Amino acid sequence: MFNVLAITMVAILATMGLALVRASLGPTVFDRILALNMFGTKTVLLISVIGFMTKRPDFLDLALLYALMNFIGIVAVLRFTKYGHFADDQAEEGMV
Amino acid sequence: MDLFDVLSMVFLILGACFALIGGIGVLRLPDFFSRLHGGGITDTLGAGLIMLGLVFQAVKVGLTGEPESSAWLVTAKLLMILFFLFITSPTGCHALARAALSDGVEPLVAEDEGVSRA
Repeated sequence: MFNVLAITMVAILATMGLALVRASLGPTVFDRILALNMFGTKTVLLISVIGFMTKRPDFLDLALLYALMNFIGIVAVLRFTKYGHFADDQAEEGMV
Repeated sequence: MDLFDVLSMVFLILGACFALIGGIGVLRLPDFFSRLHGGGITDTLGAGLIMLGLVFQAVKVGLTGEPESSAWLVTAKLLMILFFLFITSPTGCHALARAALSDGVEPLVAEDEGVSRA
C-alpha cells in the first residue's frame, strides 16, 4: 500500500511540475491562473496522500483549509485582473 | 490484501493517471480553452478518484480498527474535501472561461476546410 501511495505522490508532483511549466510559459494571464488553480488542487491531494503515507491523517485539516483558500484565491485573482483592485461594487462606482 | 485495499489501489492509480494526463494536456494543448479542458480533468476526475481511494483506506481502518480510532472522522474529512473540490473547481473553471472570453481571448476554431487557424 505504501508503494501505491508513493506512486500516486510522484504522479501528483509531476503534474505540479507541468502546471508550473505552463504557469511560466503561459501566453495569457488566464493560462497562468489556470495553472495556479491546478497547482492548488494538487497541493490538497499531495497533503492528503502524504498524510496517509506517514500515518498521520491529521494533515487532512490542512488539506481542507487549502481546498477552501484556493477557491477564494482564484476568484480574488480573477477579480483583480478584471478590475485592477479588490474593492466592492459601491467603491468601484465611487472610483469610476 | 482484502477488497478495500484492492479498490483503494485501483482508484489511486487511476486517479494518478488522470492527474498526469490532465497535466500533460495543460502543457501541450494548443489554446487556452482546450487547456481549460485539461485542467478540468485533473480537478474533478483525478482529484475525485484519488480522494475515493483514500476514503477506502480510511473505511478499511474504521471497519477493522479499534472502536476509539478516528477513522470515521478521517472519512468524513475526506468526503468534505471531495465535496468542496467538486463544488469549487468547476465554478473556478467557469469563472476563468467567462473572464477569458469577456477579456477577448479568441478560441481556436477550425476553418471550413478543416485546417486550423494559425
